[in-house]
Amino acid sequence: MPLLIKMLLKNAFRHGLRTGLTIAGMTIAILAFGILTTVVDAWYAGVEASRANRLITRNAISLTFELPLSYYDKIRQVEGATKVSYGNWFGAFYKEERNFFANFAMEAQSHLDIVTELVLRPEERDAYIKDRRGAIAGRKLAERFGWEIGDLVTLTGTIFPGDWEFVLRGIYKGRDETVDESIFFFHWDYLNESLRETMPERAGQVGFYIIEIARPELAGAVSKRVDSLFKNSLAETLTETERAFAMSFVTMTEAIMTAIQLVSIVVIVIIMAVTANTMAMSVRERLSEFAALKTLGFNRAHLSFLIFGEAMVITSLGAALGIALTFPAAQLFRSELGQFFPVFNIKPATIYMDIAAAVIVASVSAVIPSYRVAAAPITAALRRIA
Amino acid sequence: MSAPFIGIRGLSKSYMRGERALPVLKNINLDIAEGEFLALMGPSGSGKSTLLNLIAGIDRADEGSIDIEGVDITTLGEASLTAWRSDHVGFIFQFYNLIPVLTALENVELPLVLKEMSRKERKERASLLLGLVGLSERVDHYPGQLSGGEQQRVAIARAMVTDPSILVADEPTGDLDRASAEEVLNLMRRVNEEFGKVVIMVTHDPRAAEKAHVIRHLEKGVLNAAPH
Ligand SMILES: Nc1ncnc2c1ncn2[C@@H]1O[C@H](COP(=O)(O)OP(=O)(O)OP(=O)(O)O)[C@@H](O)[C@H]1O
Ligand SMILES: [Mg+2]
Repeated sequence: MPLLIKMLLKNAFRHGLRTGLTIAGMTIAILAFGILTTVVDAWYAGVEASRANRLITRNAISLTFELPLSYYDKIRQVEGATKVSYGNWFGAFYKEERNFFANFAMEAQSHLDIVTELVLRPEERDAYIKDRRGAIAGRKLAERFGWEIGDLVTLTGTIFPGDWEFVLRGIYKGRDETVDESIFFFHWDYLNESLRETMPERAGQVGFYIIEIARPELAGAVSKRVDSLFKNSLAETLTETERAFAMSFVTMTEAIMTAIQLVSIVVIVIIMAVTANTMAMSVRERLSEFAALKTLGFNRAHLSFLIFGEAMVITSLGAALGIALTFPAAQLFRSELGQFFPVFNIKPATIYMDIAAAVIVASVSAVIPSYRVAAAPITAALRRIA
Repeated sequence: MSAPFIGIRGLSKSYMRGERALPVLKNINLDIAEGEFLALMGPSGSGKSTLLNLIAGIDRADEGSIDIEGVDITTLGEASLTAWRSDHVGFIFQFYNLIPVLTALENVELPLVLKEMSRKERKERASLLLGLVGLSERVDHYPGQLSGGEQQRVAIARAMVTDPSILVADEPTGDLDRASAEEVLNLMRRVNEEFGKVVIMVTHDPRAAEKAHVIRHLEKGVLNAAPH
């Protein structure tokens, strides 16, 4: 066997330029596939990070309408709801409008009790809860603006106009890779008290409630109970799982994501055609060599091994380079586009798909040449050069 | 009288040229004795290569039988024929047909990959054969680094390495200069005399044919009467 392996390795590089270009094509295809797949994954990261044992209650009309704070005590008494918190989307930016990031006013204690994937050191947590003007930021967000604990952070409101001053009391880390580490949270009470002074008509309003339920199976029942409580009231509610809530943001752009996924597959199909062409050309040039091998007693299986092996050398080199480049490319994405893709991780599944693509491309491009070589009569192939 | 080493009876073959069948070999009868060196001559297109290919088991006849050492190879299936070929026949081609990405030694070793043999044994046997054709100094050279005559000698070593009983050669000197051709022919002669191989050689060159014991002429697919 080593002789056959040496043959297929050397065969792969007999036409250096052609092989080089095919490998380069494969590298680019795998890189594109990896990045596009990761973009799609990043887009769905919010959905993936959502927990099955949490519900979100919002105004039934739309997200921009609010709910009275008075619902809090009623929701807490609903059977199956173990913990409840609430908050508002704050929508402020830091210094310049382009420094955009997610920021929420939350009922701090209950929020941290429910959303346990935000990992804070106990002393930071205590400091945050005690300080009415306190705030916490995700690790990536703090890195992005160079914030440190104790810093005074001033945000400019859009929904709630004016400059808002906070003291950064904690920097949270995600419990796992799916957690968005670029969010900013502060006390809902702080927002509410200011509103009571400046815009009393907007005080006492809550954007959404978060409900922790005892078991995921209870989601349907608890949602119904909550919504029926406020049926026919001035502000009717819509309660759904956190996953469904996250999905409602994603679905708007689902068509685009599907298009991106399609493109990533098309890229692989194109490189398949390119590799198939390379293999067809190589094999056609060597028909008489294969005929000579047949006279020596090599059979169909041996020749297919040589052809498939040669294709594998080309695609796996391309894929290896492509995979190696995917990591720095993803790093670049994170640093340049981190605000759009707070969670941008290459999943192991993506790498497995890269490897599968290399094997599939090699197999497909080896099939027809292998068949041709096997079917070609020895005498005809020998005549070709004579 | 014992049966000939190779006995060909009523062998015919034609090729389809469009709608019409074009006869290439017509009712060939030919006996080849053990240890014989046979030269096949004849004008271009007379069917020499076709006959040689049929005897070597790389082509199929329409009619007739080819008995070789008691086996009618026209009755063998594809896989058995391939196996039979790798055990019984060594090939020498006009254009050598060495594998360009393998060294001289590796080319000679290649047919042994299919045999039950250790790597060491294979190497030893291949070196031995390269020594026999006078190329011990060239084991690590690639075909592209060898002259035509040297390449043909490597091809002879490759054809001999599995110890086949028959050596077939289609115009083995057709692409060589006089001196190289002479070397190659002498080598084939030696293979025939010292190792007792049956050699069947197609050639246009009367001087090449002189090396053979028997010369047979093909004319338009018909074998001329045997001498005496
Ligand atoms: N695969 C094929 N298809 C059609 N015709 C063929 C095929 N192979 C050979 N022939 C024809 O059969 C005839 C005999 O061919 P063959 O190669 O046996 O001749 P040859 O005696 O070896 O000639 P040369 O001395 O030129 O090599 C020729 O007319 C050739 O054109
Ligand atoms: Mg011929």
